[in-house]
Amino acid sequence: MKGEDLARNRAAITGVGYTPLSRDSGLGVEALALQASLSAIRDAGLAPRDIDGVVSYGVGDSAQVRSVAQALGLEASNWYADLYGGGSFSCLSVANAAMAVALGLCRHVLVYRALNGRSGRRLGRSTSAAMEAVGGAEQFSVPFGQLAPVQSYGMLARRHMIDYGTTTEHFGHVAVTLRANAVRNERAIMRKAITLEDHRESRWIAEPFRLLDCCQETDGACALVVSRSEIARDLPHPPAHVSSFAMGGSGASALSPDKVDDFTTFFPAHIAPGLYARAGIEVGDIDLAALYDAFTFLIIGQLEDFGFCEKGEGGPFVADGQITPEGSIPVGTNGGLLSEGYVHGLNNVLEAVSQLRGDAGVRQLESVEVALASGWGANVGSALVLSR
Amino acid sequence: MAEKPFRILPRVTGENEHFWCGGREGELRFLRCQPCGTYVHPPAPLCPDCLGKDLQVEAVSGRASVLTFTLNHHPWVPAADHPYAIAIVEIDEQPGLRLMTNIVGCPAESVHVGMRVRAVFEEHEDVFVPLFTPEGA
Repeated sequence: MKGEDLARNRAAITGVGYTPLSRDSGLGVEALALQASLSAIRDAGLAPRDIDGVVSYGVGDSAQVRSVAQALGLEASNWYADLYGGGSFSCLSVANAAMAVALGLCRHVLVYRALNGRSGRRLGRSTSAAMEAVGGAEQFSVPFGQLAPVQSYGMLARRHMIDYGTTTEHFGHVAVTLRANAVRNERAIMRKAITLEDHRESRWIAEPFRLLDCCQETDGACALVVSRSEIARDLPHPPAHVSSFAMGGSGASALSPDKVDDFTTFFPAHIAPGLYARAGIEVGDIDLAALYDAFTFLIIGQLEDFGFCEKGEGGPFVADGQITPEGSIPVGTNGGLLSEGYVHGLNNVLEAVSQLRGDAGVRQLESVEVALASGWGANVGSALVLSR
Repeated sequence: MAEKPFRILPRVTGENEHFWCGGREGELRFLRCQPCGTYVHPPAPLCPDCLGKDLQVEAVSGRASVLTFTLNHHPWVPAADHPYAIAIVEIDEQPGLRLMTNIVGCPAESVHVGMRVRAVFEEHEDVFVPLFTPEGA
């Protein structure tokens, strides 16, 4: 299903904002959301009264859209969307805003994500702390000690290793590459370079994933403004046009093993053809891939299924340096969720915007015309093609 | 792994009782569509294959193969034994009839993809958690 390109370049990201990323923000999620949002609105050259839509996502751990709108003093809004979802919703949230803009509902939509992922609610802890009997889908995973995403993604990675010969050393190359990028990023939580040996010697979390295969539990927020393209041209920064977006996938989730046809085919295989067609691009046109990287292996799987390399070749591809800033498709130039921090994927979208603008400082790639960003959770994911 | 490691248990309802309590009789049970013969899991009101509504509880052999697994080391739950093996197994009776489970009765390090296993049940009052152990064990 390719769809038509009705929304192509009708909306653009015009402002971005961050709070500091830390292990202990000392602030509530509302304060974090507000700080990042105000920063993004100012960056777009706008005032809060210009915002006429607000979109966010979270899993009960973020600031509610209505409380942020109220705090910003928004008098009227044409579009409030408080989406309940995790990693797969990072690009979906931007897509949702872009749709509201493309359809003429709004002029400027604010998108944010705030969380205290380290000092507040930590992954794997909320479930185990409750220790109550579970129902719904969780009854078929939690009783077996499946408590955090690292375990279910570990099972997908394991199957990829068996089927294609991918190794934990390949994972190490991803960790080392993204950390090297984070060293050049003042915002990053982890700025000490690591080696393959450091990766190999880090402790197991859930085999085949070690500590250095996992993203950073993070406190912080980031936000962006999605504006009508024709207005965007008059704002201070070069707009990052939303050329296309997609949200979908198949049943390929370890958490619903009954629905899986193939443990090693991931969501991009299903959405990439339409995503590229609607943007009017081919995979070779993409200059930067801001891929969702909660775990190292997720980059390998997405490189294959977004079409940057052949199926099963993702491991050798990363080991060959192809995802470094000098490689054929730079990934995670900010250090990614692995080393910059985990603002549930939205920070990777902001990095893509920065690279398209050309204001990424020492991290700036030579020429970025087209960037891909993605988000992934369980069996589905979302993605954006952004263009200068 | 200890005899009865820490577990967060399922909430037993009319819809899932056949699955969580079949172990009382030593049986691994699923809903099965009577017209087309498809085993349906997780429990659902309709057969996803033929949309038939006549689903009855039937036992399977309990034999299965490991499709993939992880050895968990991180102490999410302080009381659990580590490492423990979480696996996805496919039940012999039907391709795609799969469960997440733990592999027990063998060193965690010996678990591998393709391993042949059979169902055993861990009793927690009225709940019988289906776990899997190497076929010959």
